[in-house]
Amino acid sequence: MNPLIEVHDLSIAYRHGPQQTQAVTDVSFSLMQGETLAIVGESGSGKTTIANAILGLLPDSAVVTAGRLSVAGQDLSQATERTKRQLRGRTIGLVPQDPMVSLNPTQRIGRQIAEALVLAKGARYKGVDADVSELLAQVGLDNPQLRARQYPHELSGGMRQRVLIAIALAGNPRLIIADEPTSALDVTVQRRILDHLEGLVRERGISLLIITHDLGVAADRADRVLVMKAGALVEHGTPHQVLANPRQPYTRALIAAAPAFAEHRAPRPAPASGQTPLLSLTAVNKHYRLPRMRGQAERFQALADVSFKVCAGQTLGIVGESGSGKSTALRIALGMEKADSGRVQFADQDVTDFGWRQFRPLRRRMQLVQQNPFAALDPRLSIFDSIVEPLVSFGLAKGAALDRAARELIERVHLPAHFLDRLPRELSGGQRQRVAIARALALQPDLVLLDEPVSALDVSVQRQILDLLDELQRELGIAYVIVSHDLAVIANVADDVLVMRQGRIVDQGPTAQLFDQPSNPYTRALLDAVPGKRQRALA
Amino acid sequence: MPSSNAVRDLDQRFIPAAPAATAYAPPPTAVLPAWRRRSRWARLLAASRPLSRRPGFLLAALVVAFALLAAVAPGALSGFDPNATAPLAKLTAPNATHWFGTDELGRDLYTRVIHGASLSIQAALLAVGLALLGGLTLGVLSGFAGGRVDAVIMRVIDVLLALPGLLLALAIVTAIGFGTLPVALAVGVGIIPGFARTTRAEVLRVKTLPYVEAARLGGASWLQTLWRHILPNAWGPVAVLATLDFGAAILATAGLSFLGFGAAPPAPEWGTLIATGRHFLITAPWVALLPGVFVVAVVFSLNHLARTLEEIKR
Repeated sequence: MNPLIEVHDLSIAYRHGPQQTQAVTDVSFSLMQGETLAIVGESGSGKTTIANAILGLLPDSAVVTAGRLSVAGQDLSQATERTKRQLRGRTIGLVPQDPMVSLNPTQRIGRQIAEALVLAKGARYKGVDADVSELLAQVGLDNPQLRARQYPHELSGGMRQRVLIAIALAGNPRLIIADEPTSALDVTVQRRILDHLEGLVRERGISLLIITHDLGVAADRADRVLVMKAGALVEHGTPHQVLANPRQPYTRALIAAAPAFAEHRAPRPAPASGQTPLLSLTAVNKHYRLPRMRGQAERFQALADVSFKVCAGQTLGIVGESGSGKSTALRIALGMEKADSGRVQFADQDVTDFGWRQFRPLRRRMQLVQQNPFAALDPRLSIFDSIVEPLVSFGLAKGAALDRAARELIERVHLPAHFLDRLPRELSGGQRQRVAIARALALQPDLVLLDEPVSALDVSVQRQILDLLDELQRELGIAYVIVSHDLAVIANVADDVLVMRQGRIVDQGPTAQLFDQPSNPYTRALLDAVPGKRQRALA
Repeated sequence: MPSSNAVRDLDQRFIPAAPAATAYAPPPTAVLPAWRRRSRWARLLAASRPLSRRPGFLLAALVVAFALLAAVAPGALSGFDPNATAPLAKLTAPNATHWFGTDELGRDLYTRVIHGASLSIQAALLAVGLALLGGLTLGVLSGFAGGRVDAVIMRVIDVLLALPGLLLALAIVTAIGFGTLPVALAVGVGIIPGFARTTRAEVLRVKTLPYVEAARLGGASWLQTLWRHILPNAWGPVAVLATLDFGAAILATAGLSFLGFGAAPPAPEWGTLIATGRHFLITAPWVALLPGVFVVAVVFSLNHLARTLEEIKR
């Protein structure tokens, strides 16, 4: 049997004026009908370029400099746009990366699926509506007739991803390319969707090509795994081979970096029981008023009876899916939102009703690191100005003292001093997150709140940032509250863990206990959904 | 002495960090290379370097610079007296002595164009300055305060937007008379709404960004945040609009003079020059056309500058 995709010594370069940047170098692999293949690598490793090449969607600046690429027996490196168009949809379906922006917001779901069906089967074709409903049912959406009439904004992220899968299936393709299919989704949703996709693919004998940065996802779902680094193929084998006996140091580093395969933090002595906690929330409630809509609730309970405390030098991890109220809890602790009822205490002071002015002196002891390092720094300020901003705001240092403080801070987060002159856009995501951490440290706080500190970063960079946080805690004795949807991240850094769901705390306890002997069914479901579990069980 | 307290306070807060720092880093002399803050000028210079490679941009900048120079020091660009008549040499075609030729009274047209720049450009500069000040204030106020303040300001702006700019300017000039200041006022009021709207939209966008929140959490007051983060980041589109409206303001000033609401006859002014020249359009076309071409060149250059700035922003 001929392979469905055959890639032979493929090299692709991007042209910028006279220069060429090699994106893919000498990559060879093949994919049989019905097989599942995963390409794993960090951002910039060339995995999406390969996917685009297979789809014939390379940008104009990209050139195939060497090698051959054939799909279903057709050579794509020389194919015309017409042949490529015939392959798309009917032979290859794409499930794009971000379900939030990949659907047309002004068209109903049904029309968007119908469009794909009509493209594949011709405009005169009768049973469009029936097929739309059937596709929606196949991808596991309840009430397909209703869904077909809804607009994308009325569906959740997971549902939209299912719609995208339905669109990819519409042309009855022989291959589906899933580009980071679930990286924007919660673990439990991610698991359900991947399970479903896997089932569909198996049932119909479709080949699946998964592009992902998450070795866990790749290992769980694929028959074979390709590991890419800087455009070259560094490892190729079954998940078991790759995980158990990685040949390349890079793969080993990737495995070590993947939080799912890392060990969790060694338990540390609990703080003395008589100690007052640094931050404590007691029975905090918070609700938001929703715009009036018929048949829908008028208020949304963001937090219900939430209590927790953090002691000096300890790390509390808050884990939960999106909408579970974890970020709201942080905002209330920081005084950015007011609680409806309940008390917030910071080091013996009741700060529940503090205004911004009263809260200001406490800012020196409590700081926040935000979720998205790409938006957390003012694009016009140099790194120097960003880092020392809190010192300037409090009028703590001037002139030479300010320069010295900036240098100390940037070295604390292991960035070279000459970075101080750069602008945020000249830094990578991980470097920007380091700058954001340095800014939070500028006032020498006792407590740092981190809102999804690593969710926007590559796994290997995640590891470095988590190591940095750990080092800072050991040296400066800072307490952390880390909010994350990623259980593996929490397991790596937290002493105590809080599991939240729909505004309530459903489980809490020391990390080791919670992760090794989960007693709560929801915690267990979350743990099971973490990608990479299957291979861990095998190993 | 609050300042010395603050410094001492900082020092105390840094002392606990010092031993820890030596614990993980090599000796400070080796680690700290001679790093010094780069000045704002150096960064501005580096950012403007790609601009100097665009010939179109350079040409436009040159034309605008010439017009500005003419407005500030007309004597430096021409040796003639703009009001010296020479009936014998009336309506001479352009030649080596009289670059733009002479008008119906034999006055050197080039000199009159140069001297006319001062009124047009000063009025346009004042108008844009006024519009910037008013528009920025209103926009920031309404974007920042929100709620009722926003609603009231925006309705007033809507009313202003509904009036045609030139009509409004005509009404104002008729009411308060001609002169650099009244013309500037008349033209400036007409372009305030655009500035206010743009500023408000930008402030609303920037206000919710994470770095503004971070600055607030870092202890900055709203005023500090406004000054350090919101205004500089909201400034871009407003600056482009200002360059664009500078050209529009020159046209409006010239337009007012052309319609006869302008400078009294002997005084040279771009609009007046074109208006008087139009009587000789068949016999001596340069009297109307050359000042017209000059105005077009300046306005076109300003538009080009604005467009280049907009492209660079992206």
